[in-house]
Amino acid sequence: MIELIIAERCTHCGECAKICPSNVFDAKPNAPPVIARLEDCQTCFLCELYCKADALYVGADCETANSTTFEGAQASGTLGQYRRESGWDEFDGDARFANEHWRMESVFARARDLARNR
Amino acid sequence: MANAAGDDLEADVLIIGGGVAGTWAAIAAAREGASVILADKGYCGASGVAATAGPGHWWVPPDQRAQAIERRLATCGGLGDRDWMARILDLTWRTLPTLAPYYRFPKDENGVTQFRALRGPEYLRAMRMIVIDHGVTILDQSPALELLRRADGSIVGARGRQRQRHSAWSVRAGAVVLATGGYAFKSRLLGGQTNTGDGHLMAAEAGAEMSGLEFSNFYSIAPARTSMTRSMSYAFARYFDADGRELDIPPGPDNTRDLGRALLQGPLFCRLDRMPEDIRARLSRISPNVPLTFDRLGVDPFKDRFEVTLTAEGTVRGAGGLRILGEDCATNVEGLFAAGDVATRELVAGAMSGGGAVNSSWALSSGQWAGRGAARLAKQLGRRADAPTQAIGEVGLRPKERARDLDPRDIIRQAQKEMLPCDKNLFRFGPTLSASLSRLDRLWEDLRNGLACSGDRAIAAREAAAIVATSRWTYAAALGRDESRGMHVREDTPDEKDGYARRLNVGGLDKIWTKFEADCFSEAAQ
Ligand SMILES: Cc1cc2nc3c(=O)[nH]c(=O)nc-3n(C[C@H](O)[C@H](O)[C@H](O)COP(=O)(O)OP(=O)(O)OC[C@H]3O[C@@H](n4cnc5c(N)ncnc54)[C@H](O)[C@@H]3O)c2cc1C
Repeated sequence: MIELIIAERCTHCGECAKICPSNVFDAKPNAPPVIARLEDCQTCFLCELYCKADALYVGADCETANSTTFEGAQASGTLGQYRRESGWDEFDGDARFANEHWRMESVFARARDLARNR
Repeated sequence: MANAAGDDLEADVLIIGGGVAGTWAAIAAAREGASVILADKGYCGASGVAATAGPGHWWVPPDQRAQAIERRLATCGGLGDRDWMARILDLTWRTLPTLAPYYRFPKDENGVTQFRALRGPEYLRAMRMIVIDHGVTILDQSPALELLRRADGSIVGARGRQRQRHSAWSVRAGAVVLATGGYAFKSRLLGGQTNTGDGHLMAAEAGAEMSGLEFSNFYSIAPARTSMTRSMSYAFARYFDADGRELDIPPGPDNTRDLGRALLQGPLFCRLDRMPEDIRARLSRISPNVPLTFDRLGVDPFKDRFEVTLTAEGTVRGAGGLRILGEDCATNVEGLFAAGDVATRELVAGAMSGGGAVNSSWALSSGQWAGRGAARLAKQLGRRADAPTQAIGEVGLRPKERARDLDPRDIIRQAQKEMLPCDKNLFRFGPTLSASLSRLDRLWEDLRNGLACSGDRAIAAREAAAIVATSRWTYAAALGRDESRGMHVREDTPDEKDGYARRLNVGGLDKIWTKFEADCFSEAAQ
């Protein structure tokens, strides 16, 4: 669930509140949004994908929000990871983050072969 | 045009739901020259179960289709339909390449463009842009709460709430397309929190019939207490009990029942050490949210054993939904069309899960057919905006008795107790199903008599009503089909029965009915 909005990074653009599929945030003028309906968070990470400032941290736990701090989030090395590895915004066109989603089918085929040869 | 101020609006066609099916419906209706409004509970472009995943399509070159159809039909338990399969194969093949100006299709090592599978966030972001470029008005964060009906029984619009502006909206339209997705009981399925069956409930209130709701017990594996129900990596899994003993469970994808049995014994653990190194290195480029989840958990899935669970998906990667009566995806209610996961996918998936290829092809195709059908009907009949209408929502909005203080969250928790556990819904026994259904019936009666919410609170009330309604239809259908077929396995009648290769229809609100269809399709009969 969403655990952290990093005020130092947030640009108050309101994008997370706008796109959140389950309406977790309340946008605020000239201030970071507020997590107003935590229990509705569906842990889909899309707010992070849409946050160009990498100011959001969604914990993997979908039942409980842990008390992650800015330091803890930074130490995890995962702030902005989803946006970067998806090749969004400034990472668009970066070969390190190319979209190889289409390989999924061949991955399944490899798994089937492995299983057969065991 | 996006985000028009919603209050009292008019259009030729109203689309309810803005996932894959709804966006394709909006585009197709606009191409017919209709003025179109699309309302989504969340944000069109990020909502729906495809936006958080990455749908692979049923993508087959023309010369291989006959064979592909025969292979698929063989898995359908006699409930598939060859012609509908051919139609979605054809339309998928023609449609995906048209996305190229909005979605950058990658090329493989040989320079061949890869159309089959799209990343979800990019796909739906592209769909939003195309919808806007077609002049469609989008109402974001605007759940529909109830349909509007004319005296002749036809559907001419809907009412809802804009939940960020805390205001009411209504749309009068010549025809309505429902594209609200499958239902998954708020099980924490990835991207599925808004798919509560609202469309099924609204349609049933208008008298719509459903089909195949017994095919509603798809479960998918996920790390425990996470939403990450993307299963590709588990094709390389080994499983362990709490003491670290390796269990004799085959790798996925077809091992759900083994996993369910193991989970009934105790906590279940998994390790992905069979995944080849080159795939590990690529995982973040294939599905970036999968390694993200492990990284946030602090788990190295290739070395560490991590706890896993099974998440109920209801009809999302199941098969049942609103009954489709014609090639334009009309329902049995005049003016009401259905597309995507809210409709039955038995036509193309039969009794098996359509996840993995068929469902997304169905969503893209049925969306276009429904959008076009609705636009043509609207053109034929006109908007009829002056005729009087009635808002026909019942449970959660207009109680039979004096409103009582019922908490929608508590109601949902009670329904979840019947629908999420494997020993009730995955492993189905007649007596257990009956007991669950009686409890759900009592819950429904409470709601029916006393749940009434207004303003924004009506949204949660309607979700609760829809979750209880879909739960009851699910188990009524599971009881009605007292045999085993496809994903619906009745432990007390483990075999297919003769004469049951027919679709099972279900409907009704206070009193639920089920009825096998007459022998309506050729494949099964032969
Ligand atoms: C993890 C996962 C992976 C998948 N992978 C594949 C795959 O590889 N291949 C494949 O074929 N299929 C796959 N599927 C299935 C595929 O994603 C669906 O078939 C497809 O998304 C259905 O589209 P839809 O538009 O009908 O529903 P959805 O995409 O779920 O959209 C429904 C929309 O309706 C909105 N809505 C709900 N209620 C209301 C209301 N009251 N008012 C207004 N709007 C409302 C929701 O907010 C949502 O935006 C997968 C599903 C999951 C969960």
